[in-house]
Amino acid sequence: MTTTIEAPRSPYSRSTKKSGVNWEKWGWIYMRVSGVVLVVLIFGHLFVNLMIGEGVSALNFAFVAGKLTNPFWMVWDVIMLWLALIHGGNGMRTLVNDYATTRTSRGILKVAILVSVVSLIVLGTLVVFTFDPCPAGAPADLVASFCTSL
Amino acid sequence: MPQTAGTLDSQQKTTSRRPAGTLYRGNTGMWSWVLHRITGVAIFFFLLVHILDTALVRVSPEAYNAVIAQYQTPIMGLGEVALVGAIVFHAFNGLRIILIDFWNAKYQRVLFYVVIGLWVVTMLGFVPRHLINVFSH
Repeated sequence: MTTTIEAPRSPYSRSTKKSGVNWEKWGWIYMRVSGVVLVVLIFGHLFVNLMIGEGVSALNFAFVAGKLTNPFWMVWDVIMLWLALIHGGNGMRTLVNDYATTRTSRGILKVAILVSVVSLIVLGTLVVFTFDPCPAGAPADLVASFCTSL
Repeated sequence: MPQTAGTLDSQQKTTSRRPAGTLYRGNTGMWSWVLHRITGVAIFFFLLVHILDTALVRVSPEAYNAVIAQYQTPIMGLGEVALVGAIVFHAFNGLRIILIDFWNAKYQRVLFYVVIGLWVVTMLGFVPRHLINVFSH
């Protein structure tokens, strides 16, 4: 019986399979591409909501209604939602891989991240596309001015 | 001095009280990495809350206004300064990481000081205006 002994000091190889998608590489690329887009989207979001006019003290339902009835801001917010949650979720996955020491804890934490990201993407997307700026029975002083002029 | 097999020269150097210059430990490379992780986690958890509070526009105008009023208090106003500070650092340092990856890693240290400089300039533009909005209403 002969046993093949690997040559000593041969370099460690992570995996012998050469086919298939390299997901870590695409994750790495995604962080950089989405990061550049998010700098533009989030800086614009912060500028419009916190710098223009009276900033944070002007925010209310009517302000959001004005934005979420404008297709430009609907598309802006939905792209920002998807890119930011996946970017953040993938970043958290990196931290879990670095700091969670057991296979079980890594599994639990990564499932929790996945569930949070998927459910908030679904929730946020539904909110943007099913938003009603003039809900029936809402007080006129709380909704946008265009609700009463209809 | 040539390295001889069996000595622990390099290890002793890096475990001494004042480690020799490595790319990361104790240097701008390490601190930018630490800050990138801390700000990233903070922004992620704020994002989770922020999507939930914005989703209240689908519940009722009263519910949304009640929660957004909490963002307009002085304490939360200071929290927004911290949040924007974290986002601006993460954004500029993220662009620095991309430049290190695709352009040239030898400028990583000077780029860190560029990040700090741009962060200071951005915060000087944001903080006074934001604090006036928070404290004058």
